[in-house]
Amino acid sequence: MNPLIKVSNVNKHFHDPVDIQVLKNISLEMNQGEFVSIMGKSGCGKSTLLYILSTMDTDYTGEIYLNNELLSGLTPNELAVVRNEHIGFVFQFHYLLPEFSVLENVMMPALKLGKKSREEIEHDAIQKLRLLDIMDQSLKMASQISGGQKQRVAIARALINNPSIIMGDEPTGNLDSKNAQLVFDIFKQLTTEFNTSLLIVTHDPDFASKTDRIIEMADGEIVSKKRG
Amino acid sequence: MANSILFEIAKTHLWARKKQSSIAALGVTFGIGTFIILVSFMTGLNGLLDGLILNRTPHIRIYNEVEVSKEQPIEQSRDYKNSMNVIHSIKPKKSQASILNNKGIINALKADIRVKGVTPQVSTRVFYQSGSVLLNGNLIGIDVIEETRLYNFQQYIVNGSPLELKSTDNGVILGIGIAQKLSLNKGDYVPMVTPSGGIVRLKIVGFFQSGLADIDKLQSYTNIKTAQKVAGETSNYITDISVKLFDIEQAKPMTDEIIHNNNINAVDIKTANAQFETGTSIRNLITYAVSITLLIVAGFGIYNILNMMIYEKMNDIAILKATGYSGGDVMRIFIYEALLIGIVGGSLGLLLGFGVSYIISISPFETQAIPTVKTFPVNFDGLYYIIGAVFAVITTFFAGFLPARKASKIDPVEILRGQ
Ligand SMILES: Nc1ncnc2c1ncn2[C@@H]1O[C@H](COP(=O)(O)OP(=O)(O)O)[C@@H](O)[C@H]1O
Ligand SMILES: [Mg+2]
Repeated sequence: MNPLIKVSNVNKHFHDPVDIQVLKNISLEMNQGEFVSIMGKSGCGKSTLLYILSTMDTDYTGEIYLNNELLSGLTPNELAVVRNEHIGFVFQFHYLLPEFSVLENVMMPALKLGKKSREEIEHDAIQKLRLLDIMDQSLKMASQISGGQKQRVAIARALINNPSIIMGDEPTGNLDSKNAQLVFDIFKQLTTEFNTSLLIVTHDPDFASKTDRIIEMADGEIVSKKRG
Repeated sequence: MANSILFEIAKTHLWARKKQSSIAALGVTFGIGTFIILVSFMTGLNGLLDGLILNRTPHIRIYNEVEVSKEQPIEQSRDYKNSMNVIHSIKPKKSQASILNNKGIINALKADIRVKGVTPQVSTRVFYQSGSVLLNGNLIGIDVIEETRLYNFQQYIVNGSPLELKSTDNGVILGIGIAQKLSLNKGDYVPMVTPSGGIVRLKIVGFFQSGLADIDKLQSYTNIKTAQKVAGETSNYITDISVKLFDIEQAKPMTDEIIHNNNINAVDIKTANAQFETGTSIRNLITYAVSITLLIVAGFGIYNILNMMIYEKMNDIAILKATGYSGGDVMRIFIYEALLIGIVGGSLGLLLGFGVSYIISISPFETQAIPTVKTFPVNFDGLYYIIGAVFAVITTFFAGFLPARKASKIDPVEILRGQ
């Protein structure tokens, strides 16, 4: 079976204020349906790696494949299309568009993709909101719901185009333990029931221990890839 | 599909900032409104003034100027044929001011299909007399019916009618300035000293008010016969021929033709009134300069609100990009915002401009200069509304372009990291 994601020899430098290398020869593979966590001390390069994998950061050397397609070297517009269709992203801070309703926020990436009618997209969005058990909030403005609810909406949004992979940068980092548990349960359900692939940066050892695999980073390098 | 969501986002952004958006739109409203008001009023005024000139002025005026002979007698002498002759202080011969062969010229013009009408005139110098006061002036004999048909002569007559001039043998329509100076009333007889030194008395049947004070204190009108009598000339005596054409553009070529065929002086309306076109173009220049200035100010307003919006919306832009919206999509969102402000503000501006222009057009405006005009002249030409709309769209597009491009270049990673 071909890996969903294949990363080989990714290096990244920051040049400002002084030249420092934050990623050193990163290579990894990830299969469809895997739930992988990334751990490591603050500043070791986890976020940087995730931004590169999510195609938002193109300033690196090395190669990244998604579904056997080489992403390195594509134009920003081509990468936007890849991101839109194949990658769902969940941030630590629940970024939603505050002036739109919960439902509209979830629909936003699908409206960009434009493969379905508005009615179908709305139907899909409602389905995702049901899955995350926040359908009752769907007509509220995104700015009017709680942090835990926002994070669930953000996950629903990440799911709307049925992406190959969901990436999260400390998605539970800002939640209380109850909400963190809720988000973890949702992730788990996604992998088991829908075979969704997940790559999640976390500081929480409990969270990590329950995932399929932990990638441990230190000083820009992968130091271990152990089974959870 | 993808575009309609961009438009929706743009609309939502603006709607969430009603106050700022309204102020930016009002800037455009003000700019476009002012443009419409100015241009409608200015071109209305131009039209009025042009009409004044065009209505009153013949397209071609044929006259016979008193001038020195180009060929002096000595040059006809065989004795001095090969010498260089220098003559000092040449004086014109007392030649007739009358146009020779005027009947022939008039008939030829009347037969010309380009010509709408031909009117002969007799112009003679007189002194208006009141006691011992003598006022220098001009008496013009006209064909009243034709002058009325071709040049709206009746529009400039107060307290009288052109027909009275035709029916009264010794009638005169006196320049209003003269009447005021000599305190004369309708029905009075005004004595005039003729060029030959005699005195004639003409009966005032009305007053002439052109609006140009210099003319109104010199000029009076009578019928041709009376003028010839005052001038002491026969019925062949015609000093001017006025020609009105169907197409004013023919004036210049026809004038050249007339000069060439008849060896006579003639001037066309454009040459005689060149300063008028200058006035028109300066008024247009002012209109456009003021309007463009206002629109640039409005443009800065839009630029400003969009810059602020982008600053506030960094997170939104980062999210949109993270979820797959391209730089071009983000750019379009902000261009739409600018255009929305421009279109809404511009439409209101057109309405405002129309409303105020309409109010101006029904406001009373009475001036001595143009007795027949009762309200301000306003031009409601739809073309200016189209120009205004195009202006609004172009200005707002450019005002939105730079901020939009800035937004499109925002690096989402930088924003997401910043938290
Ligand atoms: N824009 C930047 N310019 C320079 N250095 C940066 C920049 N962003 C991050 N870094 C540095 O890169 C390293 C890795 O950062 P990051 O990937 O955010 O770490 P983590 O997410 O593991 O905490 C850190 O040392 C950080 O200071
Ligand atoms: Mg980080």
